[in-house]
Amino acid sequence: MDEFLLRAMTAGLALAAAAGPLGCFVVWRRMAYFGDALAHTALLGVVVGVLLGIWPLAGVVAVCVAVALLLAATRQDGRVASDSLLGILAHGALALGLVLLSTMDKVRVDLMGWLFGDILAVSWADAAFVWGGAVSVLILLWLNRRSLIAMAVDEDLARVDGHDVGRARIVMMLLVALSVAAAMKVVGVMLVTAMLVMPAATARPLSRTPEQMALWAAIFGAAAVAIGLGASWHFDAPSGPSIVVAAAALFMLSRLATLRR
Amino acid sequence: MTASALIRAEGLTVSFRGHTVLDGVRLQVDPGRIVTIVGPNGAGKSTLLKAVLGLVAADRGRVERSARTIGYVPQKLSVDRILPLSVRRFLAMAGVGSTDKASLDAGLERVGAGHVLGRQVADLSGGELQRVLLARALLRRPDLLVLDEPVGGVDMTGQAELYDLIAAVAHDEGVGVLMVSHDLHVVMAATDEVVCLNRHVCCAGHPETVSRHPEYLALFGPRAAGSLAIYTHSHDHGHSPDGSVQPLDGGHRHGPECDHG
Repeated sequence: MDEFLLRAMTAGLALAAAAGPLGCFVVWRRMAYFGDALAHTALLGVVVGVLLGIWPLAGVVAVCVAVALLLAATRQDGRVASDSLLGILAHGALALGLVLLSTMDKVRVDLMGWLFGDILAVSWADAAFVWGGAVSVLILLWLNRRSLIAMAVDEDLARVDGHDVGRARIVMMLLVALSVAAAMKVVGVMLVTAMLVMPAATARPLSRTPEQMALWAAIFGAAAVAIGLGASWHFDAPSGPSIVVAAAALFMLSRLATLRR
Repeated sequence: MTASALIRAEGLTVSFRGHTVLDGVRLQVDPGRIVTIVGPNGAGKSTLLKAVLGLVAADRGRVERSARTIGYVPQKLSVDRILPLSVRRFLAMAGVGSTDKASLDAGLERVGAGHVLGRQVADLSGGELQRVLLARALLRRPDLLVLDEPVGGVDMTGQAELYDLIAAVAHDEGVGVLMVSHDLHVVMAATDEVVCLNRHVCCAGHPETVSRHPEYLALFGPRAAGSLAIYTHSHDHGHSPDGSVQPLDGGHRHGPECDHG
């Protein structure tokens, strides 16, 4: 296997291992649109990173975490961040990022790469970043799993049961922010949410417990990465979209298989 | 007032976006006593329970919770099909008490839902889910039960059985019960104290007294009073069309200083 393909596979599998389980919590808590909003904001983070002359992914992490905390704060006063607010934030930030990018004519930024991912171009440093992010996400998920599952059932009930709902909510938002940053290189801003939602939805019919669903989601995510990268290599197709097409195909198969039962 | 109260609220005032939902509410639940809140829709019954549990922040007033373990049954629980969660797991998540199959079985048997242990929570009917929620609250071995319409959606025979169970738990095991209910007949039969709520406490006391109270009759109509004779009582306040309290001549505004109710 060529080294760049090995690097791509390494980064992609790390992403799948974290995004699958995290994606389960995202769909249980109906946060898919929140993830999408953060992903759109991430492009602004790239611009901030470039403007500050730091590593763009550091800018992405900073902006995503800031936006996640901002949204967590607005939710804490009782008013839920509505989908329209998230939509305004997402597209406002994406558009601002695009406008700012166009003014920086001296800096060469691979816009298509950020929007749709360029996994074949990841360096070993990028792969290490994705691995670090994935391991952190999995550890934090594991440590907070009881509270997070209780909250997926009902937040009020979880609080009466003694779970620290406020903390777990912030942890969850930070995890989504971190995974968005880790996923950007692989599938890009526009397709990040797919890696969270699709493997989880594919895993649902096969699972009787939350843990089973998280495990299956990781497996389906990894399969999508492997199939997508292979197809991208064979047919010279863009890698990020190929991975997402593979994830969507796996979802359709799992649906068809359950329908026949 | 006794020192052993499980919960005590004084002058509890809650408003949402400038709209007062609860106004100076006073409430106390002692061990082994059943306190039932009745009132029309929008009277703030559920909000009162949430404020007492600390799920909703109070603008003014005090809540003292000395109960060690609280079993809470929310008015509504919707578990999405996307979350794979068996009844067994849901009960085990209650966190306190033994979680072996025998005790979970016994807990469900107690509420007449012995057959649902292996089912998925999302597949339960409304009445079954309500029974499971009550079983879960009881499995926590609480010293206080907070129940928001605990028998909603349960069939007629089931309702009577569940109310009997709640009464038995309170009177035999010394558990304090704070309950919202619309089933006035049952409430009047099995309750130690009724609190008639319409944003403020209209009247409170022994069911027989309350059911003859003019404000209770004004809220629920004479039919709700059943065969009980009309008891004459000088009314200490009236209501403006929006439901807020208007002092009558010589009457007074309810507040922390009054010692009735």
